[in-house]
Amino acid sequence: MIEINDVSKWYGNFQVLTDCTTTVKKGEVVVICGPSGSGKSTLIKCVNALEPFQKGIITVDGMSVNNSQTDLPKLRARVGMVFQHFELFPHLSITENLTLAQMKVLGRSKEEALDKGLKLLNRVGLQTQAAKFPGELSGGQQQRVAIARALAMDPIAMLFDEPTSALDPEMINEVLDVMVELANEGMTMMCVTHEMGFARKVANRVIFMDQGKIVEDDTKASFFDNPRSERAQQFLAKILHH
Amino acid sequence: MGELDFGVIARSWPYLLKGLKYTVQLTAVAAIGGTFFGTLLAMARLSSFKPVALLAAGYVNLMRSIPLLLVIFWFYFLSPILLQSIMGWERPPQIGAERSAYITFVMFEAAYFCEIMRAGIQSIGKGQASAAYALGLGYLQTMKLIILPQAFRNMLPVLLTQVIVLFQDVSLVSLLNVTDFVGASVKIAQRDSRIVEMYMFVAIVYFMLCYSLSTLVKQVQKRIAIIR
Repeated sequence: MIEINDVSKWYGNFQVLTDCTTTVKKGEVVVICGPSGSGKSTLIKCVNALEPFQKGIITVDGMSVNNSQTDLPKLRARVGMVFQHFELFPHLSITENLTLAQMKVLGRSKEEALDKGLKLLNRVGLQTQAAKFPGELSGGQQQRVAIARALAMDPIAMLFDEPTSALDPEMINEVLDVMVELANEGMTMMCVTHEMGFARKVANRVIFMDQGKIVEDDTKASFFDNPRSERAQQFLAKILHH
Repeated sequence: MGELDFGVIARSWPYLLKGLKYTVQLTAVAAIGGTFFGTLLAMARLSSFKPVALLAAGYVNLMRSIPLLLVIFWFYFLSPILLQSIMGWERPPQIGAERSAYITFVMFEAAYFCEIMRAGIQSIGKGQASAAYALGLGYLQTMKLIILPQAFRNMLPVLLTQVIVLFQDVSLVSLLNVTDFVGASVKIAQRDSRIVEMYMFVAIVYFMLCYSLSTLVKQVQKRIAIIR
């Protein structure tokens, strides 16, 4: 489904990604973790071409991301993305947030888009908030709307870029619950997150990144039970110790 | 000094009103045209395609470095001659002071509105554009539906303040002998030798209009503060 092949990226002279290679199969849930600045967010943003990269190939469902012939908006519309800071559109109501891209990108009618949007809003448990504006919702609620907004496009895969790290602790679970449910339904997912409980519960594989490199790419069981690299051991020791 | 006679205002009222109408029209056209072209210029300045960004920056910096009066003269006196030599016409084209003023003000204000809109666009976090692109929206859709509405709302008080400045600047066209509000008043003042009365009257009208506009700006600022 998603193939990342030998990808490198530079900001000027500074190399942020070095020869990253991995594959995400259909229905697979892959968690990417690593210290801050390790390039995990950058890598996931390369998948839907929000970040350009200079070397390597990424294909999503057979479409090459860095080919100038590729219809990028079309590719992006097929991959849902959830951001750290939600990025709902503050000048639009929740309903408008959910329907805008459906109508403008997929060409759905207003009724169709509204129907779909409200169903998904219902699914994330926020049907009563449809008429409100993003600023009137809590962080956890906004992130659930953001997930619903991405799902409304019927994506073939979902990318999560630290979806819970901007949330107050008591709101993290309501977002993770939605993600777990999504994973159990068989959605293909790439999640940058430090929520190791989530990784243990639903991940098929865990990728550990450090200094722009994929250091470990292993099944969940072997990553948690005996991480091979010293850096992954140190990282796990730090984040699991409290 | 003789008795003051404010009757001169009532006697010349239709003429003054005609002048005021032109002033308001020119302000409105310059504000709307300036915002439109200024927004395009701002998008060009922020373009990642360097030649476009440089061209727009050059235009804006040039306009903002030249006194408005000079731009008005330039356009009125020199552009017909320039057009004539470029097009190879026998005579310079007749643009006319009133039409020339419309074009000049839209061009000039576009540079100032550009800088306001540029600040507005930059005030919207990069994540908003990323989110729009991630949903499959293109650049123009992202600008039109997501970035510009927010930028415009954030900048509304500043845009309105610029309109107040513009409203006062429009009086400079009276130097082209156009009958704007100030031009009309000056002509009446000189014809009837009622300089004190007319100039006081003009000042009061300007004060009232500009003061109500700036009150509006304060209201808008409060409204925006609540929405956020």
